[in-house]
Amino acid sequence: MSAAAPDLAVELCGVHKAFHGKPVLRGVDLAIARGETFTILGGSGSGKSVCLKHVIGLLRPDRGRIAVLGTDVGRLRETEWVAIRRRCGMVFQGAALFDSLSVHENVAYPLRQHQDLPEPRVRARVAECLEAVGLPGVEAMLPAELSGGMRKRVGVARAIALEPELVLYDEPTTGLDPANARRIAELIAELNRRLHVTSVVVTHDLDLCFAVSDRLGLLKGGRIAACGSVDEMRASEHPDVRAFFEGVQDVDDGGEPNGEDLAHGT
Amino acid sequence: MSLSTPLGAGLGRLGDGALAMVEELGSFARLALATARAALRRRPPLRETLRQMEAIGVRSTTIVALTALFTGMVMSLQTAFALSRFGAKPYVGGVVGLALVRELAPVLAALMMAGRVGAGITAELGSMVVTEQVDAIRAMGADPVQKLVLPRVVAATLCLPLLTVLANVLGVLGGMLIADFQYQITPHFYMETVTYNVVLQDFLSGLAKTFAFGWIIAMVGCHRGLATTGGTTGVGLATTRAVVTASITILIADFFLTKMLLAL
Repeated sequence: MSAAAPDLAVELCGVHKAFHGKPVLRGVDLAIARGETFTILGGSGSGKSVCLKHVIGLLRPDRGRIAVLGTDVGRLRETEWVAIRRRCGMVFQGAALFDSLSVHENVAYPLRQHQDLPEPRVRARVAECLEAVGLPGVEAMLPAELSGGMRKRVGVARAIALEPELVLYDEPTTGLDPANARRIAELIAELNRRLHVTSVVVTHDLDLCFAVSDRLGLLKGGRIAACGSVDEMRASEHPDVRAFFEGVQDVDDGGEPNGEDLAHGT
Repeated sequence: MSLSTPLGAGLGRLGDGALAMVEELGSFARLALATARAALRRRPPLRETLRQMEAIGVRSTTIVALTALFTGMVMSLQTAFALSRFGAKPYVGGVVGLALVRELAPVLAALMMAGRVGAGITAELGSMVVTEQVDAIRAMGADPVQKLVLPRVVAATLCLPLLTVLANVLGVLGGMLIADFQYQITPHFYMETVTYNVVLQDFLSGLAKTFAFGWIIAMVGCHRGLATTGGTTGVGLATTRAVVTASITILIADFFLTKMLLAL
């Protein structure tokens, strides 16, 4: 097993994954440097979310090597993942807030899990995170009382509560109206500037992609078809990139199952 | 034998069914083991466990109470009717008491709880799976077994015996009401026959089984819930299956546990 490169936050080499015999990832190669914001672009069903779930160990590859924050995670057991996950934050597509807990308890969840902080410090940190996402004073509300955009922002607040080195965003603007989508894009860009984290964004939203990315990769047919800086990709003559940017790409036939069906992929 | 023949296809389906069942049992055993390990590693989260005891135990009180009361009443009717053929009608209390305490109260309380609580647990965890909340727990470096399964299993395992004690009392009282109003057996005499015939061992043998039943209800509910796939339709399907599986398992376990306890 080769050592993971220390200057890379995320490294995927030849990652394959199939569900019920149907291949979704067919050899994904990806190297994301520390501190950069990388966007994985792709059509519906191209395997973007599957890719992201491999980075945080919610799914395990059938084949290939994955290194996260300098650790080779290929053979890690669930308990050994905890040390890595503590340094990561993930924003889920539907926010995945705990319905039975208040906004405060949701954001405090990772703090309580990993830090033995006194209650006033927890309260202060939760308030700080909610302030950072532009939602001060909503601590007492329940997730059901929030709008879609607010839920996503609380999801971001929860993801940054432990000051992670790596933040993963799964379709952060999907299902939002344009104004809210723009707000989320601004929030991601601002957090990246302020917190200097590595961010991996999975999306098919080009506005978001151009607003936040340092580099981006296009996932097509289970592989990264093209990869480069925003300017390089804009200027690219690669047919898949052109097709995607011009909106003429067909929905990928990769057959990515719904996220909910992948919950027990490990 | 070729799979193209009807018999071959039938055997093939039987084989697939058997394989699926073995797989299911395997994943249930893995979850049960993980739960036991989680219980040994850390004590269950107190606040969540209390919340579950309220949801699982306290809120099942009415349904278990009504079941026990009416079962006691109908048992009294039937038993007195049957005993009158032998001229033994006054001893209805002893028979009703024994039947309730040893068998009916534990099993009926468990079945009612399986319907109410088993379904609830599966629906709740299933929804959490399809909305990625279980993934979120894992992504935050927490253990869904510790956070979700253990509190529910502890709550159900502790609450069902308590509910059964309540069912025992109400069942016997229900029987007493009918004995008094319908058959003119005085409450005093009724209670005397109950206390004379039902000994502590009867009570304990009934109660012992309910710890196992409570465990079964919560484990089956959690297992089905966490294995939910296929969105909201999947949640509905998982819920039905959880109730059926838990109820059948309780009845089968009841037979073997009773046999074991009688041999003691």
